[in-house]
Amino acid sequence: MPIILPEDPTPIARVPSTENKTGGWRTFRPVINYEKCIRCYICWKFCPEPAIFFAPPDKYPAPKEALAKFDTIEINYDYCKGCGICANECPTKAIDMVLEELEED
Amino acid sequence: MVKMILTGNESAAWGARLSRPKVVAAYPITPQTSIIETIAEFIANGEMDARYIRVESEHSAMAACIAAQNTGVRTFTATSAHGLTLMHELLIWASGARLPIVMSVVNRAMAPPWSVWTDQMDSMAQRDTGWLQIYVENNQEVLDSIIMSYKIGEKHHILLPTMVMEDAFILSHTAEAVDVPDQKLVDDFIGDYDPPFKLEPGNPEGYGSLIMPEDPYMEYRYMIAQAMDDARNEIRKTVEEFAETFGREYAPLVEEYKTEDADAIMVVLGTIGSTAKDVIDSMREKGKKIGLARVRYFRPFPYEEIRALAKKADMLGIVDRSYTFGYGANLYTESKAALYGHSQVPVKNYVMGLGGRDIKPELLVKVFEDMLKIARGGQVDKEIEWVGLQGDERWSI
Amino acid sequence: MRKLTIPEEEYMLPGHTACLGCGATIAMRYVLKALGKNTILSIPACCWAVIPGVYPRRTLEVPLLYTAFEVTGAAISGIREALNAMGKEDVNVVGFAGDGGTADIGIQALSGAVERGHDIFYIMYDNEAYMNTGIQRSGSTPMGAWTTTTPGGKKRMYKWEPKKNVAEIMVAHNIPYVATATIAYPEDMISKLKRAKEIKGPKFFQIFSPCPTGWKHSPDKTVEVSRLAVQTNAFPLYEVINGKYRITVKPKHPKPIKEYLRLQGRFRHLTEEEIELIQKEIDRNWKALLKKERCSQEEE
Repeated sequence: MPIILPEDPTPIARVPSTENKTGGWRTFRPVINYEKCIRCYICWKFCPEPAIFFAPPDKYPAPKEALAKFDTIEINYDYCKGCGICANECPTKAIDMVLEELEED
Repeated sequence: MVKMILTGNESAAWGARLSRPKVVAAYPITPQTSIIETIAEFIANGEMDARYIRVESEHSAMAACIAAQNTGVRTFTATSAHGLTLMHELLIWASGARLPIVMSVVNRAMAPPWSVWTDQMDSMAQRDTGWLQIYVENNQEVLDSIIMSYKIGEKHHILLPTMVMEDAFILSHTAEAVDVPDQKLVDDFIGDYDPPFKLEPGNPEGYGSLIMPEDPYMEYRYMIAQAMDDARNEIRKTVEEFAETFGREYAPLVEEYKTEDADAIMVVLGTIGSTAKDVIDSMREKGKKIGLARVRYFRPFPYEEIRALAKKADMLGIVDRSYTFGYGANLYTESKAALYGHSQVPVKNYVMGLGGRDIKPELLVKVFEDMLKIARGGQVDKEIEWVGLQGDERWSI
Repeated sequence: MRKLTIPEEEYMLPGHTACLGCGATIAMRYVLKALGKNTILSIPACCWAVIPGVYPRRTLEVPLLYTAFEVTGAAISGIREALNAMGKEDVNVVGFAGDGGTADIGIQALSGAVERGHDIFYIMYDNEAYMNTGIQRSGSTPMGAWTTTTPGGKKRMYKWEPKKNVAEIMVAHNIPYVATATIAYPEDMISKLKRAKEIKGPKFFQIFSPCPTGWKHSPDKTVEVSRLAVQTNAFPLYEVINGKYRITVKPKHPKPIKEYLRLQGRFRHLTEEEIELIQKEIDRNWKALLKKERCSQEEE
């Protein structure tokens, strides 16, 4: 059987890390209470992955009319490691860190 | 082509200049300094278009060359002794990263005690780094080898760096007549640097990341081994092309002198070869049948040529101007390894000239006589012989 | 629509292998937001050499040269000169190294690089120890901290030497731009990076990046710890442009250092006296910084 050799002469990393779903690391999962979310984007600002992305304004309820036109945010649980920075920094305490339930296999 | 009177260091600087590196990163160390000083003057006068990074250490010199080469430009540097050994970590990095950097090494003894004179321990200690290693005999060869090293190293199936060794002071600071080739001829001979990979914005690649044992670490090393082996033929091809373009011939891996009918052949690296040729001429007049094999490329090791030598003579005297403590000097042990299973010819190691101790012709005469005695008797008396130690009357001249 | 205080575009992909709550990843995220895609990064041995994951994975949207530990300054010099030789002076060349690879083993190459005046960014992300190899002490480890090589024990062998001030070493090199920044103040960091981007020459950033794993604080507190460092004057935020100091965040009523220390397990062993010593050191440095600001701003 012929030896399988790499194509590049030296190791070159090209594959996006997005294939690595770090969501499996979580012990606690952040759950957003959209009634309290004032759409300030502080959670998006501080997420280390980043695993927080923008969502259209009407995807989730806004706490008041004046905020309804702003984009909201949602957490990508494929990547969120559950560090809790978002919950700690949220000015209205709209994020709860909830223990992950083990999946039934 | 212009004939100039150049020292070895000036020849190296000219070899670099003609090869058009875009970045030179170098740090001064005796006796390499005039290489980088000459290059600085070339650049300062607009005669050489290169960015000169006056780094703060040899380690940084190699780091800067690696980074610049990985960004897609040809680089050059030069060093000696402690500068070379300081670079050791990064020499392995450069070959691992497949970057065909070319470096002049002025062979100088290692401390302690301090010595600026020539021996080859500094470059011998780098034989494991994956660099091509060539030892030269005269200033013309210094210049020509630098040019050829770029051509050989930059081939996509080679992609390995080269160090071009010249003996301290004997070549570096001694002037000889040197043919300096036309820039246009060199441009056509080497061409532009065309790497198969480089850092550039828009191409988010990572070079040198962490790799697990199951991923191709071993395969990448295997490919370097292949490249080093392929280099032998590439060298043979290149010296032929060089002869066609510039009219100067070089033996590819090992230069032989009067070996055809020799009873004993001396195998050397560097300028000892020059002295030995004179001694061979005068001893042959007296009927002694001796010859010389001057190994040019130590890496890749010319095992085929060494085996061919063993067929021609009744004894090989391997002269090393370096030593590896433990079991013989490197040219000796590697030659013996190449000969094992292929030849019963007696082989002996002569360790000479460390710390720049002069290798006088009279000393070589004694060595040749010792070699001929063994050629006649068929037995090596002592495997490893330190020649010229103070008080050792067997070698006093 | 959305109103953001920092640039929106991401140059970092999730799926990287940083610890939960890693401050250094937040730092990188902001650095790339400020500098953009026309950037080449050089990263030595440090946490960020493994955060992108193992071969063949990458996590950044810019090209990245991994290098040996001590060479960042030399590597970015080489990249810069190679790019300039090719006429690409506009590409940002950024060295992104930890405190070990900057303050200790890397300081020679850094000093040489900035002394030569190359047009480069050197960013030291400061997590205050050799974190990648398992929390060993560096010159940048603060006074009183536990690390694995200053583990306390019967002899109370903690790191008692004061923190090496690399930013001030850089100011002493007379380079055009030096700044400190931290992840709790992204707008401050990004505006500094953008300001530096307009300057040709060596630019140095020390970005304070808390490390939950090494500092022994809960991972959700990373930004809070970073904020407290500024609010207690433990890590002042300032910039020095051509020798003129400007403190960019001035706490009106600095909090006592105790509030910063008590969040971190690495300081748990400190006695009242030792905390007093640390407070005195912090106050002394803050006063000195205020003086430098005043003096350097004076008209000549």
